[in-house]
Amino acid sequence: MRILARYPILLAGALITGSLILTAVLSLVWTPLPPAQINILQRLKPPLEQGLLGTDQFGRDMASMLMAGAWNSLSTAFLAVAAGASIGSVLGLLAAAGRDLLQTVLMRICDVIFAVPPILSAMVLGAFLGAGRFTAIIAIGTFMIPVFARLTLAGALQIWTRPYVLAAIGMGRSALRITLVHVLPNISNQIIVQVTIQLGLAILTEAGLSFLGLGLTPPAPTWGRMLADAQTFIGQAPWLAVLPGAATLMAVIGFSLLGDGLRELLDPRSR
Amino acid sequence: MRIRKFFGAAAVFGSVLFATLSAAPAVEATPKTSVTLGMSIEPAGLDPTIAAPVAIGQVTWQNIFEGLTTIDRNGAVQPQLAESWEISEDGRTYTFKLRPGVTFHDGEVFDSSVAKFAIDRARGEDSVNPQKRYFQTIESVETPDPQTLVLKLREPTGSLLYWLAWPSSSMVGTKSADNNKTTPVGTGPFTFVNWSKGEKVELARNTNYWNKGEAAKLETAVFRFISEPQAQAAALKAGDIDGFPEFAAPELMESFEGDDRHVTVIGDTEMKVVAGMNNARKPFDDARVREALMMALDRNMIVEGAWSGYGTPIGSHYTSNDPGYVDLTGVYPYNPEKAKALLEEAGYGNGFTFIIKAPQMAYAQRTAQIMQAMFAQIGVTMNIETTEFPAKWVSDVFKASDYDMTIVAHAEPMDIDIYARDPYYFNYKNPSFNEVLGKVQQTTDPDEQAALYAEAQKILAQDVPALYLFVMPKLGVWDKKLRGLWENEPIPSNVLREVYWEE
Repeated sequence: MRILARYPILLAGALITGSLILTAVLSLVWTPLPPAQINILQRLKPPLEQGLLGTDQFGRDMASMLMAGAWNSLSTAFLAVAAGASIGSVLGLLAAAGRDLLQTVLMRICDVIFAVPPILSAMVLGAFLGAGRFTAIIAIGTFMIPVFARLTLAGALQIWTRPYVLAAIGMGRSALRITLVHVLPNISNQIIVQVTIQLGLAILTEAGLSFLGLGLTPPAPTWGRMLADAQTFIGQAPWLAVLPGAATLMAVIGFSLLGDGLRELLDPRSR
Repeated sequence: MRIRKFFGAAAVFGSVLFATLSAAPAVEATPKTSVTLGMSIEPAGLDPTIAAPVAIGQVTWQNIFEGLTTIDRNGAVQPQLAESWEISEDGRTYTFKLRPGVTFHDGEVFDSSVAKFAIDRARGEDSVNPQKRYFQTIESVETPDPQTLVLKLREPTGSLLYWLAWPSSSMVGTKSADNNKTTPVGTGPFTFVNWSKGEKVELARNTNYWNKGEAAKLETAVFRFISEPQAQAAALKAGDIDGFPEFAAPELMESFEGDDRHVTVIGDTEMKVVAGMNNARKPFDDARVREALMMALDRNMIVEGAWSGYGTPIGSHYTSNDPGYVDLTGVYPYNPEKAKALLEEAGYGNGFTFIIKAPQMAYAQRTAQIMQAMFAQIGVTMNIETTEFPAKWVSDVFKASDYDMTIVAHAEPMDIDIYARDPYYFNYKNPSFNEVLGKVQQTTDPDEQAALYAEAQKILAQDVPALYLFVMPKLGVWDKKLRGLWENEPIPSNVLREVYWEE
């Protein structure tokens, strides 16, 4: 607790993301109403008049949809970042250990991936796999790979020049062992910070994909699609756009603050 | 420096804005002789005789192109380039007396040889006419003299005069026909001026129009293409566009009601929103399943939820614009209990799961989502797969019939005969239905035809080869002073002939 008080940014980030995660998990067991339940007679009712946060164009409960949307958004983002971070980090560590040719080849592959925006790769993937959670995860995850590969490579290359690593090399330790014992533990903090920051970005990308109809398919609510559907209703029912927009904003800010806070906490140089 | 630049720019911008605002009333004072109408979809070409999209006819039909016959704003067939006709006793010879003194915009004289050319072009072997089947029964076209055209038919074709009025039956010139896709030349009250692709098509009054009494009142007319509903509303409110005969978003209509510059006019279209089922595929081959699905849907709620309450529920593939319309929404009214019982009887007591291939258009997506929730109440799981329209939808659903259920608005008027076509994407086969529709062509008596169409509607309403949902409204928004636009749309069109500005 005392640590948190010394890091107000970390505290703010932890509070925001924590409450979001709790809401998301809660939505699995309880929402005020089933999020897919339509009630057309009660359509477009403003917040508090019908339910806590009003209803949408089909009379669905906005609060329930936002809760379920939080789960859909966060789970997709977590899985995508988990996949991207693990593959990217392994590639980065491999490149650092292998040096020269391998390094060049891996990094050029990363450049190629980096050159294709995730929205575009999701559209291509969507054409083959059909829109859905899987497509979104793969598209976002692929986009995350080069981010982590570069970060890990840069960190790992530094560690590989440290005297204790040179000593280990001199003692004839294998590259795998050096990577696991010396390199990875020394750069894990950086990876953790990056994971947090990328989570915010993944949520934003997932919202973008859903907005374009490439994310989860209906009836599963997503913040992005709620925003897309709200476009023509914005004059009549502004809450349809404001609420999912605010939710996305909060999630992105939350993870960004948490990332900055963690960096402050974990990275001795920035202290 | 930077700040000063900003203020400079602001000052320039401000003065331009002021100039525009103060200029506006001056323009209002003189009677307007031009109109700018908005459309949601830009046609890919401007020749209605070689491609199906209704947007082509909505720009060109009755403005640039005319036909032997035409359809008036009430949907009735009227003479046009043919001033009169005689039908032989056996219904197999049509003798048209063509109007003298008609010329195309390029000066070519319209006579029976040109009419023969146009009809032969539409029915010929290489023809890509979207309604080629309408010319199927024509055996030969004869031209005894320049003002007489004789069509010899293989069998009586009671709808021929109606079909000849369609955009796809437009009369085209022998010299100009090949270029009509980009520079259309017709006999109509407007001539083609310019097409800025992606933006607008410009037309001007035809000063040599053959019918002096019905010449266009406007000097120029522009069709502008704006697909986004919010952009449409903004263009209307800014005065950039004088009207949208078919506004795209019903939920934005409200913002024009009570507006002192615009009127909103809700009419009927021919666009029947229908959820077609693959009648050759299980479980949709079982009539009980189709009936159950129909009874699971509350059509009034669908119209309310998907299209803000605009639109008319239907019980068959027919609209109230068409002759012999019967309201059949009562055949399978909303009744989820009975629907469940029927499913049980058909052996699907535990429900089933299927995919709807829904195009990306708002009406299709919204309707599909409401249907999904309604089907869920009778234990049926419908997954929505968004299928890009037109390309992917046409290849997967329309051509390959690779689908369980789909949803699309059928825009063509009087197209109930699609259920008699083989192959057609519904895979519906019913000889007694085909027989009734065959009889329609045996007679030219409108009352008899209407009675037969009523019978055909009832067969479909009973059999539900597709789920009949609602007819799209024609959501018209235009300037209060603009007169003469059609309120309803018995055929997709934007007829400008009678449009004028009232002082």
